[in-house]
Amino acid sequence: MTANRPLHLAAEIGGPPHYDAGHYLALARLAERGTLDFVTLGDSFARPGPDALAVLSRIAPATDRVGLVPTVTTTHTEPFHVSSAVATLDWVSRGRAGWNAEVSTTEAEARLFGRRSAAPAAALWQEAGETADVAARLWDSWEDDAEIRDTATGRFIDRDRLHYVDFEGSTFSVRGPAIVPRPPQGRPVTVIDGTGTPAREPAARHADVVHIRATTPEQAAAVRDDVRRRAAAHGRDPADLRFLAALTVDLGDAETTPEPGLESGPRFAGRDSYFRGGPVDLAELITRWHRSGAVDGFHLTPITPARDLERIVNGTVALLQHRSLFRTFYPGGTLREHLGLTRPASRYALARTAGEGA
Amino acid sequence: MHLAAHFPGVNNTTVWADARSESQIDFSSFEHLARTAERGKFDFFFLAEGLRLREHNGRIHDLDVVGRPESLTVLNALAAVTDRLGLAATVNATFNEPYELARRLATLDHLSDGRAAWNVVTSSDAFTGENFRRGGYLDRADRYTRAAEFVATARELWDSWTPDGESRPFAHHGRHFAVSGEFTVPRSPQGHPVVIQAGDSDEGREFAAGAADIIFTRHGTLEAGREFYADVKARLAKYGRRPADLKIMPGVTFVLGDTDEEAQENAAEIRHQQISPQNALLALEQVWGRDLSGYDPDGPLPASDPVPDSDLVQGRVRHGDPLAVAARWRAVSEAKGLSIRQTVIETTGRQSFIGSPRTVAAQLTAFTEAGAADGFILVPHLTPGGLDDFVDRVVPLLQESGTFRSEYTGSTLRSHLGQADPVWKG
Ligand SMILES: Cc1cc2nc3c(=O)[nH]c(=O)nc-3n(C[C@H](O)[C@H](O)[C@H](O)COP(=O)(O)O)c2cc1C
Repeated sequence: MTANRPLHLAAEIGGPPHYDAGHYLALARLAERGTLDFVTLGDSFARPGPDALAVLSRIAPATDRVGLVPTVTTTHTEPFHVSSAVATLDWVSRGRAGWNAEVSTTEAEARLFGRRSAAPAAALWQEAGETADVAARLWDSWEDDAEIRDTATGRFIDRDRLHYVDFEGSTFSVRGPAIVPRPPQGRPVTVIDGTGTPAREPAARHADVVHIRATTPEQAAAVRDDVRRRAAAHGRDPADLRFLAALTVDLGDAETTPEPGLESGPRFAGRDSYFRGGPVDLAELITRWHRSGAVDGFHLTPITPARDLERIVNGTVALLQHRSLFRTFYPGGTLREHLGLTRPASRYALARTAGEGA
Repeated sequence: MHLAAHFPGVNNTTVWADARSESQIDFSSFEHLARTAERGKFDFFFLAEGLRLREHNGRIHDLDVVGRPESLTVLNALAAVTDRLGLAATVNATFNEPYELARRLATLDHLSDGRAAWNVVTSSDAFTGENFRRGGYLDRADRYTRAAEFVATARELWDSWTPDGESRPFAHHGRHFAVSGEFTVPRSPQGHPVVIQAGDSDEGREFAAGAADIIFTRHGTLEAGREFYADVKARLAKYGRRPADLKIMPGVTFVLGDTDEEAQENAAEIRHQQISPQNALLALEQVWGRDLSGYDPDGPLPASDPVPDSDLVQGRVRHGDPLAVAARWRAVSEAKGLSIRQTVIETTGRQSFIGSPRTVAAQLTAFTEAGAADGFILVPHLTPGGLDDFVDRVVPLLQESGTFRSEYTGSTLRSHLGQADPVWKG
């Protein structure tokens, strides 16, 4: 693996719930000052907190460059609504939207809706994969130049450039086309945590960014290789996927008790890999993992966002920039550009032009 | 008087071919119209919804504006660029679930510091249902029973946190919903987001009388407006509500000019742009329920009667009995000697207030004083600049006469409406 692949960094801005925008806005601006690729905001129907996609929409006009990636759960929300809301986040942020697809496995969540009972993770992840699939089809269902405003014929759109998706999933079907025109990035960025077995297939088939929870670069590389193999089997170019190590960080006792080495005794907070130490140690760790080629970067979850994100940006990121390992400015405007991902063409446009050529 | 701004969405109000017409999708358009409305001290900004693209004769309708972003997401973004303006989203009660929508609405109310509103619509057709798990499962008769239970359930969720921030479990077991658990969002600044109802049937009016804070109506003539107003306000008492608890706001268009004559000329020009020859035939087909593409828009109306239960038009509510509509159109056409296109221009215009700024201000005031409306939802014909003139030229006159506020006195939408926050029912 080459050591000079660009490093990608992202951070979670959740923490204890806040119901005003100011808290989230301050953190997103801080992340933007550190030229992070994106911020995430976790969500679940069963734990206190506001709707994450709403929060990131609220702060979109007040930020300029940082990518905005809310968790969106697929188990109880209609796939058509998921697709419309994420596309709209891309419109209001002018091309900075992504979504972290998650499932809701608990009976408590099922009871909030009263429509279906809890199901095993495997079935829910299969459905999540189908939701990601139909969302992408809906984003493609308007070709980029479908709006023609042709005064000669009186046509606002060229309906030949709009497409029914006619998707039949195992638990739902969608006719299409989207009600939202194709978003600025073509397709907003899809993020999936691919660590668990049930999520690997959907990650390999549909994710642009795959999060991996691992305690050594070797473990991370093993998951990455497996996802890449599966992606290739689905006809995707594995180079189109970005792999980020997911790490919960506690930079609280930076000066006194550094505990840098994940390898030398990782601690687990919930299901996340956990790092406790100083900003400099964190920079070392990021550098080491990235040099090893195991991952393209890190998704950091600060344990105390207001304190730790400040230390990440002013300490860890500043050092990585000083060492020329991380960029000092955003070279582009969209999240895809930050991640070095191309803007996909609509599959329907490709099919149509191929048909015309034949 | 209350005023709201409707972002001109998917229909032929928008004159998209006008050189001043910009994007219907870019956030900058929403921001422009919302900032203008706030500059004019409007009560709220309104977004409509359609969950499937309209079809005509089995094909996607391509003459009018098509496509729009999802409402609640846009309104959350607008909360960042406005301070006082109410933010109203149309969201269908049939294709959503109470827990999720109550949470999204409470979130908007928090993130906007108390400016959220929900326009509860009830379209239940199987055509729209093809985009959803639900499919077209709901009988027409059940639309409002589900909507009413939906709103009641949402209110139970919003009341499940005490005003001092304590969360209590909720449980609702009704005909349409069986939900229980804990709501994740504390009581929002307005207690409950403002509820708007749009829909004209007896069931719709009854639902509004029991549950809504605002009715969005199409009754735009003075006579029809007074009748509707009296009917709806009379229904409130049996729910223990006062007339001021439900504001009646028709959706109306307006055309300004320096003089009344100039405004009339502008209006004729706009109607001509809205009803192109192609759009005239289309409107005719929507009533007649069959393909009339062979007809000459500048010729007479068809001699035969409409097909009553046609599905030629999908995704748009058919208003009124087609036979009655056709009879009315024929009468207009014969009395005035009008062609198809002229007849459509004549009969399909929603109430327009047309004139100099002074005339329009006087007309609006006469309407509210005559008991035909509590205010208006203004639908401009240009995006995004279509409200600029109204705010710059009409609003100051309404303010001078004391008919409309000169400053916001509160910060929440309920305070603009002069309505108290709902009492907490723990
Ligand atoms: C002024 C007005 C605006 C409406 N706006 C919408 C809308 O944006 N989206 C929608 O799906 N239905 C909309 N509707 C449709 C109503 O929700 C309802 O489905 C329809 O009017 C039929 O109900 P009714 O028989 O009570 O009139 C609107 C209705 C009215 C009167």
